[in-house]
Amino acid sequence: MKGCNALIDAGRRKFLTGASVAAVGAAAAAVMPTKAKAAPATAGVVYPSNRLANVHDLKVNEPLSVTYPDADAPGVLIKLGTRVPSGVGPDSDIVGFSTICPHKGFPLGYNKTDRTLNCPGHYSRFDVEAGGQQTWGHATQNLPQYMLRVDANGDIYAEGIDELLYGRLSNVL
Amino acid sequence: MAFKRQIGRLPIIPKDAKQFNVVCHYCIVGCGYKAYTWPTNKQGGTAAADNVFGVDLGAQQPAETAAWYPPSMYNIVQQNGEDVHIVIKPDQDCVVNSGLGSVRGARIAEMSYSRARNTQLQRLTDPMVWRYGQMQPTSWDDALDLVARVTVAVLNEQGEDGLFVSAFDHGGAGGGYENTWGTGKLYFGAMKVKNIRIHNRPAYNSEVHATRDMGVGELNNCYEDAELADTIVAVGTNALETQTNYFLNRWVPNLRGTSIQKKKAEFGSEPVEQGRIIIVDPRRTVTVNACEVEAGKDRVMHLAINSGTDLALFNAWLTYIGQQGWTDKAFIAASTKGFDAALAANKTSLEDAARITGLTADQIRQSAEWIAQPKTGGARRRTMFAYEKGLIWGNDNYRTNGALVNVALATGNIGRPGGGCVRMGGHQEGYSRPDYPGPRPAPYVDQLLISGKGSVHHIWGCDHYKTTLNAFKFKQAYKKRTDLVKDAMLTVPYGDRDAMVKAIMDAIKKGGLFAVDVDIVPTKIGEACHVWLPAATSGEANLTSMNGERRMRLTERYMDPPGQAMPDCLIAARIANHMERVLRAQGKAKYADRFKGFDWKTEEDAFMDGYHGHEKGGQFVTYERLRAMGTNGFQEPAVDFKDGKIIGTKRLFADGKFNKPDGKAVFMETKWRGLEAPGKQAEKTKWPYLVNNGRTNVVWQNAYLDQDNEFVMDRMPFPLIQMNPQDMADIKVKAGDLVEIYNDNGSTQAMVYPTTTARRKETFMLFANPNGVQGNVVSPGVNELIIPNYKQTWAAIRKLSDAPEGARQLSFKSLEYATA
Repeated sequence: MKGCNALIDAGRRKFLTGASVAAVGAAAAAVMPTKAKAAPATAGVVYPSNRLANVHDLKVNEPLSVTYPDADAPGVLIKLGTRVPSGVGPDSDIVGFSTICPHKGFPLGYNKTDRTLNCPGHYSRFDVEAGGQQTWGHATQNLPQYMLRVDANGDIYAEGIDELLYGRLSNVL
Repeated sequence: MAFKRQIGRLPIIPKDAKQFNVVCHYCIVGCGYKAYTWPTNKQGGTAAADNVFGVDLGAQQPAETAAWYPPSMYNIVQQNGEDVHIVIKPDQDCVVNSGLGSVRGARIAEMSYSRARNTQLQRLTDPMVWRYGQMQPTSWDDALDLVARVTVAVLNEQGEDGLFVSAFDHGGAGGGYENTWGTGKLYFGAMKVKNIRIHNRPAYNSEVHATRDMGVGELNNCYEDAELADTIVAVGTNALETQTNYFLNRWVPNLRGTSIQKKKAEFGSEPVEQGRIIIVDPRRTVTVNACEVEAGKDRVMHLAINSGTDLALFNAWLTYIGQQGWTDKAFIAASTKGFDAALAANKTSLEDAARITGLTADQIRQSAEWIAQPKTGGARRRTMFAYEKGLIWGNDNYRTNGALVNVALATGNIGRPGGGCVRMGGHQEGYSRPDYPGPRPAPYVDQLLISGKGSVHHIWGCDHYKTTLNAFKFKQAYKKRTDLVKDAMLTVPYGDRDAMVKAIMDAIKKGGLFAVDVDIVPTKIGEACHVWLPAATSGEANLTSMNGERRMRLTERYMDPPGQAMPDCLIAARIANHMERVLRAQGKAKYADRFKGFDWKTEEDAFMDGYHGHEKGGQFVTYERLRAMGTNGFQEPAVDFKDGKIIGTKRLFADGKFNKPDGKAVFMETKWRGLEAPGKQAEKTKWPYLVNNGRTNVVWQNAYLDQDNEFVMDRMPFPLIQMNPQDMADIKVKAGDLVEIYNDNGSTQAMVYPTTTARRKETFMLFANPNGVQGNVVSPGVNELIIPNYKQTWAAIRKLSDAPEGARQLSFKSLEYATA
């Protein structure tokens, strides 16, 4: 958790509501990935399938702190209340994102009013209703989004990420 | 859906990767980067001993780590003919950016030519000529022979006034000391070309004539002054988006109050506190938002003046500060001339200025207090004045520039810590040329071309179709003239050079124009040209430039240019060689002799001939010494070379001596005269919407590289036009709809971006975009020195279509950082 603490230190001010990394510790226990034994190298990153929550845990526009693919990678699940492309769940409105800013690694805070994730470091902001598109900012990639699956019980699993996470040269360490 | 690269892992830089000094080749700030290259069959590892960072990459790295790079900083490029991995990442040790990368600079690697990874395949790889009705590749010798023969034929018939030139005059990509010298030596040394214009304006002139005429060079302070100032005055500059890392690394610490220790160390017992900022801009920008976030609203004054009325505000500041006795009398007496006359001539009451600017008298009074009211104990307030295109491309450029410098001089704020009166800049600078041989004011080249003047046109890194005023009419005339030559070229076999030159010259006599475009990519104006010559860009050749605090660095060559591309300086030299040959063959030995001195083999030869041989302090500067100075370089002018280091100059005019024969800066009389450029007032009266314009964060310049970058085009498929939602309702448009902007000058298109902070009837459009050229609706009206006035443009707006596919999934939320 050394890296995580450094991230928290880096938050330096205006630690925001919602998707703060302060919640990481609590969520961490549930999502520790099971490490596979060494296997022949594959072309792509092998992502764990981690249960992050159940659809009943989510309320509209109330972000739930999670981590994925491991405890050092904070993120958030949000039920938007309106259908969006790649949204999952019964209403196709659940999305998940990394909450480390892909510019310089500061923790993003959720703005419930306009449903954006905002960076206190250098003012970048990402639209969770538009696939994490950087509405304005310095990052050269849009916000890494989770590939989610919901099973028959309503359990929400993350099974991949569509961009490189800040602070790691492999999404799965 | 937003564009995603689907990259979950990147190659790791090995310990023994080659390293190169790099300066970002986009904006004036010139952030330091390092390029790392290594063979494609090797890679580093996660163990600390196995990577260049010496850290365990098997662990999550913290915020602001140097040991991480996103996919945009990685590519595979050719180096000495071999594919290599490359990472180009911000340099933590560079004092300019301290490891910060902007959304533009952090894509340098991804914006490089890579056949292996299909990036920037738009780059020109071969000389191209108009042959059989389309552009076709050819050899350098063939293309240059055609250029030289036609150019010489025109010179023979019309003299050098028949040759028109458009050329960059800046640093960074498409510029730099090597290349401004190469082109300058050709057109101002070998020839004396008067009909030449600069990349972004229709004549050969300074954008900041006034400050230079007053004896105050425009890049006179250092970036640290923004940390030391009591008050920053920002005029027509949206620094967060256009000088991003200067703003983040130097302005923000002052606004946040974290540079107070630095102030104490510099100023001793003088009272210091967290900085304040005055922002003069008709539009609320993200810069205003960020300043409020950092300093709190009570330390930020946004003066949202009526567009184009800056001059009246500055004159009122000068008047009020004079009346209060807050001027720096000792400085004025020792280092300036003409203060009393200027004070009398420019006298403007708070009330008169309020009426003109739309501000309240209290706002003007309070801002004057922030600028000049002495601090506790009587210490002079340290105020830094920074301005850019809002002033430069705004109403009455010359006088407005002078009026602001007046205030800075009157308050003793030039040449001193925490002061300065500086332009913020667009590109880096890199000007080294023989003197321009033309008159002042210089010829209005665009208008001459429109009216049929000029027979051959050499274009260097300029794209008038996107980046000039009156662009709609310019294009119409230019296409007609160049089409005459294209059609004539189709009437003879390409291989019959004599017949080809004759056909071209005959077409020229009928009003045709022969056009040669030197660039790194196919351009919009290139569509009209007959020859394209492929240039190398920064990193494909060694390149020197200086930034906004005159910090000069060398970007080392880290990769090969695409195909046969060459640095501009060598293209200029080869044109000179061919012109000499053609002239000699025609028996014109004396004229041919003027084209000697272009036997450069490398860009370093051009640098030694130009900067080293001709510029102030140049004798201390060589490539070898610059390499050793790394990404921190030195601040021009160099004054010595000692202990293995080039010694520079932190601030200009620190001795109180200015660029005048007697060393005294001259105050300027700058009376308000309304909208000065011809036709602007009538345009304002006739058309309902102000079409303010400028850059946005994500797009660099005219998108010449960004147009081929998915990340950028996904966000900005069309130029945005910010509109107040009620204005949108008036013309029945929604977010993302395409609208037509039109007036008597022309018409263009943009994508509607709802903006609640936009004032009614005041829009802002992204400029110089390939998918909607704002310059199409800008009038030809210029000031007395042929400086364009882009900002004061009025037009009508109507719907063209619903949002096209590319604009449907975009985020149209506020650009402002907000926590709730």
